[in-house]
Amino acid sequence: MKFAIVINEGPYQHQAADSAYQFAKAALEKGYDIFRIFFYHDGVNNATSLAIPPQDDRNITALWSELAKIHDLDMVVCIAAAQRRGILDENEAKRQGKPCFNIAPGFRISGLGQLIEAGIIADRIITFGD
Amino acid sequence: MSEVKKFMYVNRKAPYGTVYALESLEVVLIGAAFDQDVSLAFVDDGVYQLTKGQATDAIGMKNFSKTYTALGDYEVSKIYIDKDSLEERGLTLDDLQHLVWEDEDDDWNEKDSIRLISRAEMADLFDEQDVVLSF
Repeated sequence: MKFAIVINEGPYQHQAADSAYQFAKAALEKGYDIFRIFFYHDGVNNATSLAIPPQDDRNITALWSELAKIHDLDMVVCIAAAQRRGILDENEAKRQGKPCFNIAPGFRISGLGQLIEAGIIADRIITFGD
Repeated sequence: MSEVKKFMYVNRKAPYGTVYALESLEVVLIGAAFDQDVSLAFVDDGVYQLTKGQATDAIGMKNFSKTYTALGDYEVSKIYIDKDSLEERGLTLDDLQHLVWEDEDDDWNEKDSIRLISRAEMADLFDEQDVVLSF
C-alpha cells in the first residue's frame, strides 16, 4: 500500500497537522510507503523554520523534518499557497527580493501538479483538515 | 502515468470567508492538465460558489466567480450539485451560473455541465471515485 497525505491546516491552530504526523509515523513504522506529503492552504505553515513553540510543547515543523530525514520523505509545499502566506525557499526569496527564506529542512516548494500526481500514483490519498 | 483515475473535487464551503473555494478552483484548473476523469461536486455551503451576480467590492475580495465559466474550456464538464443543499439554502438552479461545455463528438454543441442530483446519487458517485479531494 502506497499512501499520499494532504495537509490543509496550519500547525497549532488545528489538530490536522498533528494527526497527519501521527498517521505518517505509524504508517512508516508498519512498513507502508508514503509517496508524498503535500501541504496546502494554511498547511504550508507547517514548513516554516521561524516558528518558536514553547519549549515544553511539541515542535511540529522539527518533527516533520526529522521524519523526512529518517524515511527520505518527499514533503512538498504548494508554491501559490506558500507565497501568499510567506513561506519561501532560498531561490524564491532571492527572486522576489526578500531578505530571508524560511523553509525548514526536508520540505520543498513545488506546484499543485505534485498534488494531482500524488493522487494518480498513490493507492490512497488521505486528507487531513476540515 | 498513463492510468486514468476518477478524480472528484468536493466543494463544501462558501466562496468567501475562507480561502478554500478559491484554492480548490486552483487545484481543479491545474489538475485539468493531467487528463484524468474529473468531476466536481458542490455540497453544503459549497453551492454558493456557483451563484450568479456575486459582488465582492464591498468586502475587498477578488471576485473569482467568473472563472467557473471557464471550466468547460478545461474539459471539466461534470459538475454535480447536491439538490438538498441547494434547496436548504432557498436556492434554485436559476440562482446559479449557467455552465456549459462543448461536445466534440456532437459537432461542438454546447451542453449543460451542471447536474442536480440527490444525496443518495451523490453517495453513489463518491463510491465510484479513485481520488476524492475535499475542500
